[in-house]
Amino acid sequence: MESITSLLSIALGAVLVNNFVLSQFLGICPFMGVSKKVETALGMGMAVIFVMGVASAVNWPINQFLNSKGLGFMQTVTFILVIASLVQFVEMFLQKAMPSLYEALGVYLPLITTNCAVLGVTLQNAQKSYNFGESLTYGITGGVGFLLAIVLFASVRERMEFAKCPKCFEGFPIALVAASLISLAFMGFSGLKVW
Amino acid sequence: MNVKKQFIDGLIAQNPALVQLLGMCPLLAITTSMFNGLGMGLAVMVILTCSNVVISALRKIIPGKVRIACYIVVIAGFVTMVDLLLKGFVPALSASLGLFIPLIVVNCIILGRAEGFASKNGIGASALDGIFQGFGNMVALTIMSIIREFLGAGTFGGGILNGGAGYQILPENVVALGMILPVGGFLTLGVVIAVVQYFMSKPKKNKEVAK
Repeated sequence: MESITSLLSIALGAVLVNNFVLSQFLGICPFMGVSKKVETALGMGMAVIFVMGVASAVNWPINQFLNSKGLGFMQTVTFILVIASLVQFVEMFLQKAMPSLYEALGVYLPLITTNCAVLGVTLQNAQKSYNFGESLTYGITGGVGFLLAIVLFASVRERMEFAKCPKCFEGFPIALVAASLISLAFMGFSGLKVW
Repeated sequence: MNVKKQFIDGLIAQNPALVQLLGMCPLLAITTSMFNGLGMGLAVMVILTCSNVVISALRKIIPGKVRIACYIVVIAGFVTMVDLLLKGFVPALSASLGLFIPLIVVNCIILGRAEGFASKNGIGASALDGIFQGFGNMVALTIMSIIREFLGAGTFGGGILNGGAGYQILPENVVALGMILPVGGFLTLGVVIAVVQYFMSKPKKNKEVAK
């Protein structure tokens, strides 16, 4: 029972309290880059959930192995290689097995390699020495947090297209200001503790 | 390659952070004190220069299809070195930057310069490009952190000057703590980029009028 509550609190933390994008600043590049439309944001979010979950699951045994051999300093290099090859593998697998999902994700799959949320989640799993279940939960719910943030942000940006704003703020700067307001809203979750 | 043009590109015209909008994550996350901003800027500059040199030296050997993976391995190697060096010699910086040092691996500035510049140019030009682009990024990080630190904590030069405490400029009861929190990061960057866009668009207009 205790393990379930700890998993739930990890999940709540990753989605709301310590949201990957809005309070930890991980994965800002895709957050700003592919949030012009809700549909693409949804696709990107789904792809990130998937890759973050799989990467957490795969990197956990690898991290155990590295630690048992005293190779902890190789973490960064190993993790990023694993993530890069994983993304490539997932891309090939989806292309053959689930072409419809592959088409939906499109260019976002290869982009995920350089998403710092993915490398961030695996490094955090190692730092906090989570066990396998906790790592997997943290990975997947971290992805859910990313999805939530990017979809909310994309819907705000769609509306902003029609708003008037000072010329020098057009485009990127006004999007950042909007992101800051969303992040302000998410600050309301800080300190939230249900279990 | 024109050295002066490279310098101006790196610092102003093609500033990696404020004009090309690369490497947003550290720019938003760690710019809470001048010490963090400068330290991160220096770390990125060193890694960018080293990886540019190595990638430029290997540009004829690396096969085109797996080039991104090769670049990432080179970059990750240098990041690990810098990470270990910082842990050994500047533990305070290592502690306050935390996760964001290993995350330099996926900083788009470094991969972007590797793909866009080092893979096409000679070693000397790539080294200069690394130094100038890194310097431009460092300036952006420092500007961001000075603004946020001043508004959020009321200090200047926190972590380096005045024995690490920084100089208190604003009294502590008037500062807006939000500027140091994530909210302030997004807001400051938005305003800084807007200011840059304002000044970048001005000279063009003048030229158009002159024509």
